[in-house]
Amino acid sequence: MIARLIRLGRWLWRIAIAGVLLWLRRGKEPLPERELPASPRAEKGVAALLVGAGIAGAAFALLYAFDEANTQLLGVAAAVALGLLAIALIVASHAIVPQETLSEERPRFADPAAERGTEVEDVAMRAREGVDGITRRRLLGAAGGAAAVGLGAAAAAPLASLGPRVGDRLRESPWRDGTPLVDENSRPVLADDLTVGGFLTAFAEGSDKRDLASSLVVVRVRPEELELPPERADWAPEGLLAFSKICTHAQCAISLFRYPLFAERSPGPALVCPCHYSTFDVLKGGRRIFGPAVRPLPQLPLKIEVGHLLAAGELSGAVGASWGGVEEGS
Amino acid sequence: MRRASRLAIAATALVLAFFAAGSLARPPSQSTSRPSPLVEEGRTLFEEGCSSCHGFSGKGVEGRGPSLIGAGEAAADFYLRTGRMPLNQVGDEPLRAPPHYPEDEIRALVAYVGSLGEGPAIPTVEPERGSLSEGMQLFDESCAGCHGTGGKGGVAIGGYAPPLGAATPTQVAEAIRVGPYLMPRFSAAQLSDAEVDSIARYVELTREPDDAGGWGIGHIGPVPEGLIAWLAAIAAILLVARLIGERGAGEPTPKRGEPRR
Amino acid sequence: MIRRAVSTLDQRTGAGSILGKALKYVFPDHWTFLFGEIALYSFVILVGTGIYLTLFFEPSTSQVVYHGSYAPLRGQEISKAYESALDLSFNVRAGLLIRQVHHWAALTFVAAIVVHLMRIFFTGAFRKPRDLNYYIGLTMLMLAVLEGYAGYSLLDDLLSGMGLAIGNAVALSIPFVGGQLGTLIWGGRFPGTEAFMSRLFITHVLLLPVAIGGLMAVHLAMVATPHHTQFRGRGRSETNVVGTPLWPAYALRSLGLFAAVAAVLFALGGLVQINPIWQWGPYEPYLGTNGAQPDWYLGWLIGALRLMPHFDVVLGSYTVVPNPFWGGVLFPLLVFGFLFAWPSIERRWSGDRAQHNLLDRPRDNPRRSAVGAALFTWVATIFFAGSADRAFVQFGVPYEGQLWAYRAASFVLPLLAYLLVKRMCEALRRSEGHPGEGSAPVIVRPAVPHAAERASPLVDQRPTAGHQARSPHK
Repeated sequence: MIARLIRLGRWLWRIAIAGVLLWLRRGKEPLPERELPASPRAEKGVAALLVGAGIAGAAFALLYAFDEANTQLLGVAAAVALGLLAIALIVASHAIVPQETLSEERPRFADPAAERGTEVEDVAMRAREGVDGITRRRLLGAAGGAAAVGLGAAAAAPLASLGPRVGDRLRESPWRDGTPLVDENSRPVLADDLTVGGFLTAFAEGSDKRDLASSLVVVRVRPEELELPPERADWAPEGLLAFSKICTHAQCAISLFRYPLFAERSPGPALVCPCHYSTFDVLKGGRRIFGPAVRPLPQLPLKIEVGHLLAAGELSGAVGASWGGVEEGS
Repeated sequence: MRRASRLAIAATALVLAFFAAGSLARPPSQSTSRPSPLVEEGRTLFEEGCSSCHGFSGKGVEGRGPSLIGAGEAAADFYLRTGRMPLNQVGDEPLRAPPHYPEDEIRALVAYVGSLGEGPAIPTVEPERGSLSEGMQLFDESCAGCHGTGGKGGVAIGGYAPPLGAATPTQVAEAIRVGPYLMPRFSAAQLSDAEVDSIARYVELTREPDDAGGWGIGHIGPVPEGLIAWLAAIAAILLVARLIGERGAGEPTPKRGEPRR
Repeated sequence: MIRRAVSTLDQRTGAGSILGKALKYVFPDHWTFLFGEIALYSFVILVGTGIYLTLFFEPSTSQVVYHGSYAPLRGQEISKAYESALDLSFNVRAGLLIRQVHHWAALTFVAAIVVHLMRIFFTGAFRKPRDLNYYIGLTMLMLAVLEGYAGYSLLDDLLSGMGLAIGNAVALSIPFVGGQLGTLIWGGRFPGTEAFMSRLFITHVLLLPVAIGGLMAVHLAMVATPHHTQFRGRGRSETNVVGTPLWPAYALRSLGLFAAVAAVLFALGGLVQINPIWQWGPYEPYLGTNGAQPDWYLGWLIGALRLMPHFDVVLGSYTVVPNPFWGGVLFPLLVFGFLFAWPSIERRWSGDRAQHNLLDRPRDNPRRSAVGAALFTWVATIFFAGSADRAFVQFGVPYEGQLWAYRAASFVLPLLAYLLVKRMCEALRRSEGHPGEGSAPVIVRPAVPHAAERASPLVDQRPTAGHQARSPHK
């Protein structure tokens, strides 16, 4: 509330100054001339503004020293100090210092039609003179080019040390057959943790949770709803499905799961990415059904042992965004 | 005996019988013989206002409304108190609205739906016993994907994840357990009651976040920030520039082929 | 006393003549010529507040447990970078003020450059001899956007971390070299190594500011050498500059503008919250929030990424062009490429290869203004598409429907803008009547006939009402 009043006040002040300046500047013409507009009134006004700015600046310093770091008051004090200074300078520049309109000649350089054209000729001739007397110009030029390419490659090569080998790094994954699933607190994920319509985030036991390939989203649907391709028929025990949590479009974490309470009049179960809203159908194995993603979401086969969820194999595709080496449809 | 005293004894017996019946009354969901008056009232209201989609005895109607058997008091309480039910039209997305029924009718309907099979009771939530820090973490993991970290709502393709400013702690807990419309469902095995307390406490915080930096401009991030940068900062500075400099953009460029004067 | 000071300086540096020229240097006065200075002063404030911030920020991704003053984060594992930013915001006096001023200044800096670019474009100031300077300016715009992105990504909060993930995906999407480039910059797969954070930091506090500052110095020198352009008017010609001398009036006005910019930024920095990182929480690659947006100057890219339909270019089993390339790389390349190419395109289009020191009003070149309006409309449409999700949440407009509407609009609206602006400019020119009426402008012509007089026959010679076409002066 106070902040709004302060801003309103500043607007009114600006409009007032605008009025003052417009009145002062009416009817000015831009011809060479010199005017001395200073008047005692204007000078006193500017002096008052400068003093006001000084007071506000001191207020800032005092607030800083003695108040409990109140950001709003500090900001207002600084703004008032700078604002009054701005007004003082602008009023001074129009109403105090001599007002002059001057005309100055421009330097004329390299105008194709002007006298300075000869300078260009001079430069070009001088440059050409630099190779007088050299006979094998082409040979030297070619050799110089070869040197440049070689040395340039040598100069650029160490940059490659800044990065590791591509394909291996981007394809790494901690998931193997039998890898247990754990939650954010590294506790094992149990099959009973999830009810139908639930979702949670899981990781590979022992992996770094920041590893893109480690994070999974696990959801539970009714087993009769599943429409997985035949080769994945046993990937979803009790209707539990696991997918990579990292969107195959631009690598955001897929943190939306929609599961209908009444499937007959609602969209079906799907995982949605909050960045660009790529949507993946969980019943059909992570196929993309909306949004800019192209590759399906990699699915991890699951198995349940003693109530614990374990991986039953590797992820069905590369994790994260596509790059040149990724296979389509994987 | 006198007629009056016979009447008195009969009345007393009746009153005593009622008390006896009342003290023996079980919670509606377990009632097998005689449902309580509340449940009866609920049944009447249900048959008037809900059965066209949810069927008589809450069995559901194919293509119109789901079965409510096993839905529990929690679901009925959530949907009725937030005005999401009754829907104007079959297939509409249920959205928060002023409740359609007054308080006592809601209680009756809740009791009736709760009597249909075994479903979750209305949860007891104690936000003050929750931990803000745990609540923020759990919210960011399980809820922010749809509702946003600040609880300001979001797009869930196919649905609308509403802002949580109007949600009471009880409604937060009910939604978590019921999973209304497209929302996922979280069992007590995944989010314990204590964790739900923490989430409810965090949701309360999002109603009045810590705005140490000044005006919160909606708490949805860079979109309003960009608007302010253009409509406040740039606009103000351009106004100052206009005050400083000369106005009037000079004279026309002569068209090609015209003589210059 | 002043004479003594100047004499002291001149005896040691020979700067006497330069000072003399500088004090008399003439600046044309038009208010739109101040836009570049707004950007300059925003940059000065960025550097000043930025230096303060570097004294407190710790560019490290090592994890610590937070025990500070913001209760909801207590006990959570966060990076040292995030923690130092929280500490600065809550425990350092004026720390939050300086941080917010810095961020508001960044948004204002890029906005001022865009406004300045529009002025340059619509008045034809990019024509010879200033096209080289125009390229420098465009380069600074690109660097400024990159610098802002790097700056807010340093804090390792949830919003900016998601932005970095997308940035990595965009880098990976570059055909053939994307994989190498992405893993080179980040040191492996996203989120990369500790080294990435320190390289990002050095880029933001040293490499890019030095580059921008250096280019700015060259940019200003290249404005000063041929002198600033000016609009046509009484006493003004292609060979002179009419305006206010640097000392005293112009210097005071410029300093006043500096103080005004600073005042606005400090007012915002104190009163309007920006980037409240404690409300977003720390970034983890497995966390995502709905409604995450980049800062405004990257809004056009998120719009493009969301609008592009879902196709890759695949050869056999090799993905040549992943989807993020179209919106994240090709789109900005097209826009900047067009802007870079525009001076050459216009020269060829109009046949005008002369130097120009006098500016056009936007209406004086309807085709250029129409093209500029069309390009701006195209970018703006895609920019607004980027916030369609917030429009859905606030106003209930269906999201999927908005996408289709924006896709159609991105074709239709630029075309409409072109036609509309072209008509408007031509109509405005017509309505001004015969230039001979009213006050007669005095325009001094150079002694030697301009190259413009030897006009090619392909030049647009359509006469409009009130103008009589005469043969070019020989």
